[in-house]
Amino acid sequence: MEAVYALAIGVLVAAGVWLLLRPRTFQVIMGLSLLSYATNLFIFGMGRLEIQRPPILVSAEIDPVLYADPVPQALVLTAIVIGFATTALFLVVLLALRGLAGTDHVDAREPEQ
Amino acid sequence: MTAVLDHLPVLPIIVPLLAGALMMLLRESRRVLRNSIAIGSLTLQLAVALTLLYQTTDAAAHIWPEGIGVYAIGSWAAPFGIVLVVDRLSALMLSLTSIVALAALIYSIAHWDRPGQPFHSLFQLLVMGQNGAFLTGDLFNLFVFVEVLLAASYGLVLRGLGTARVRTGLHYIAVNLAASFLFLIGVALIYGTVGTLNMADLFGRVAVLPPNDRALFDAGAWILGIAFLVKAGSWPLNSWLPGAYSISVAPVAAGFAIMTKVGVYAVLRLGTLMSQDEAAATILGEILYYTGLVTLVSGMIGMLATQHLRRLVAYSVIVSSGLLLASLGLGIEAVTPPVLFYLTTSVLTTAAFFLLTGMTDRTRLSMPPAAEPDSQGDVLPLYMAFGVTSPDPYGTEEEVGAAIPAAMAFLGLMFVCCVLLVAGLPPLPGFVAKFTLLSVILETAPVVGARNAGWVLAVAVLATGIVSVVALTRIGMRLFWSTAERRTPRLHVVEAAPVAFLVVVCLGIAAASGPMMRFFEGTARSLHDPQAYIQTVLGTRVAAEPDGDSR
Repeated sequence: MEAVYALAIGVLVAAGVWLLLRPRTFQVIMGLSLLSYATNLFIFGMGRLEIQRPPILVSAEIDPVLYADPVPQALVLTAIVIGFATTALFLVVLLALRGLAGTDHVDAREPEQ
Repeated sequence: MTAVLDHLPVLPIIVPLLAGALMMLLRESRRVLRNSIAIGSLTLQLAVALTLLYQTTDAAAHIWPEGIGVYAIGSWAAPFGIVLVVDRLSALMLSLTSIVALAALIYSIAHWDRPGQPFHSLFQLLVMGQNGAFLTGDLFNLFVFVEVLLAASYGLVLRGLGTARVRTGLHYIAVNLAASFLFLIGVALIYGTVGTLNMADLFGRVAVLPPNDRALFDAGAWILGIAFLVKAGSWPLNSWLPGAYSISVAPVAAGFAIMTKVGVYAVLRLGTLMSQDEAAATILGEILYYTGLVTLVSGMIGMLATQHLRRLVAYSVIVSSGLLLASLGLGIEAVTPPVLFYLTTSVLTTAAFFLLTGMTDRTRLSMPPAAEPDSQGDVLPLYMAFGVTSPDPYGTEEEVGAAIPAAMAFLGLMFVCCVLLVAGLPPLPGFVAKFTLLSVILETAPVVGARNAGWVLAVAVLATGIVSVVALTRIGMRLFWSTAERRTPRLHVVEAAPVAFLVVVCLGIAAASGPMMRFFEGTARSLHDPQAYIQTVLGTRVAAEPDGDSR
C-alpha cells in the first residue's frame, strides 16, 4: 500500500511542478491544485497508513496502538480549507489578469515569435 | 485586574480579528466609524504589545519569573493543546508590528483607503496574521497564521488594480502558494517523525530520535527552512519581493515592511531551538551565512541598478534580510543583540521610507501608477466589476484634512532622515545598529575560524552603507534638485504625521541605545538558553540528552 501511495504522491507532484512552470495561467492553477492534493495526501500519510483503526478513543483502558493518529487528519482538514480558499483567490486574480491584459500568459503579454 | 492581565497574550489576535469582521458589516458611507474602529483596534494592540514588552523585562519579574508568558488556549496543557508564548522576542516583534501598522493605517486614511470596503478589514487581518505568527508556540499554527497574513496580503497587493499590479500579484501569489506547500510538507515530516508540533516539546524529543527517523526529521527541517527563506526574501528565492513591494500602494508596502521579518523570526526561533545539535548547527550556520551574503550582494546590485525609489527601498529590504541572515549564520551568540537592534531599526526605516515614497511619487508631473507602467492598450475594463471607475484610483488627489506648509522642505528632510537610517550614518539608530554589529563581528572575527567569514561580512556591512548612500543620493538629486519635472504636492497632516512619527521613534531608539541594547542582550540570553522557554511552556524541565548516541 505504501508503494502505491508514494507513487501517487510522486506523480501528482511531478505533474504539478511541470504545470506550475508552464506559461499559461490556467496551467499554473492546475499545477498548484495538483501540488496541494499531493501535499494533503502526504500529510495524511504521515499519520501512518493503517486500515480499520478508528481515530477516536472511547475509553481510557484501550491500547492506543490499535488506533489511528487523529492529528494528521485534523491537519489535512485545515490544509484543505486553506488550500481551497487560496486557490479560489488565485482564480479571481487569474480572471482579472485575463480581463485586463487580454491574454492568459502569466507575464500579461504574448511572447514575441 | 489579574484576570485581564492573564488574557493579554491572546488580545493581539482577537482584537484585529473582531475589528476586521465588524468592519465588513459596515456600509461604505460609514467612513468615520470605520476609521475609528481601525485606529482604536491598532491603538489597543499597541498598548497591549507594550504592556507585554514590559512584562517580559526584568523589571516585571514578579509577573513572569523567566520573562516568558504562556497562554494555553482553552486551558489545554502544552504539548497537546495549542499555546501562545510571549517571550522578549515575540513581544518586541509585536510592538514593532503595532507601531508600523498604526502609522500605515493613519497614513492610509488620507485617501489611500478609497475605494473599496475591504481595505481596513484586510489590513486588520494582515496585522492579526503577523501577531499570531509571532505569538504561537506551535508549528502548525505558525503555518495557519502565515497563511492568514499572506491571504490578506494577496488582497492588499492588488489594491488599485491595473495590469501591472494584477500581473505581479499573480506571480506573488503563485510563489507564496508553492512555498506554503513546502511549509506543510516540512511540518508533516516533522510531525511524522517526532510526533509533536509544539516547538518546545520538539526540542526535547529530537535529541532522542533513532538515527533512521533523524534523517527524515532533518529533511523536514530543511524543507521547512526553505519555506522560511522564501518568506524572508533570501536569494535565490526572492524574485517575487521587489515586484510585489514596489507595485503595492504606499501604506500597504509599509504594512508589509515587517512581513519578511516573519521569516527571519522563524529562522531565529527554530534555529536557536535546534542548535543544541552541534553538527546540525554548523551546517545551518554555513548555509545561512552564504545565502545571506549572496542575498546581501544581490540586493545591493538591485539598489544600484534601479531607477525607481520604491523599487530601491524594496531592494533595501532584501539587503537587510541578507544582512540579518548572514550575521545569524556566523553562529556567535554575541551577534544576536546587534542583529535584533538592526532588525528593529530596519523595520521602522523601511516602513517610513515606503510611506514617504507615496508622497514623493506625487512630486512628478507624470505619475506612473506603478514601477513599470504598462500600456493599458485596448483592454477589457474588468476593474469596473470591482467597483472601481478608473484603473488607477490613486492618481487623483482628493482633499482630506488640512495640508501642511513647506511640503517640499518636509519631504526633503524626511528623505534625508530615511537615507541616513538606511545607510547607517550617525546620529540615527541605523548607525548604532551597524556599529555594534561591526564591533562584535570584528572582535570575534579571529575566533570564527579559517573561513574569514567575519572579515568578509564586515566588508559587506560597510559596502551596504556606501551603496545605499550612492543609490539614494542619485535618486534624491533627481527627485528634489532637478527642476524640470517637479511640482509641489499638497501634503496632508495625516500623511505627513505617520512618517514623522516613525522617524521620531527611530530617534528615540537612538537616544535610548543603552537601555535598548540591554533589552536586546536579555532577549539574546533567553533565546540562547532555550531551557527556560521549554521549561515554562511544558511546565517541567526537559533533560537535554547528550546526542552523541542518537546520531
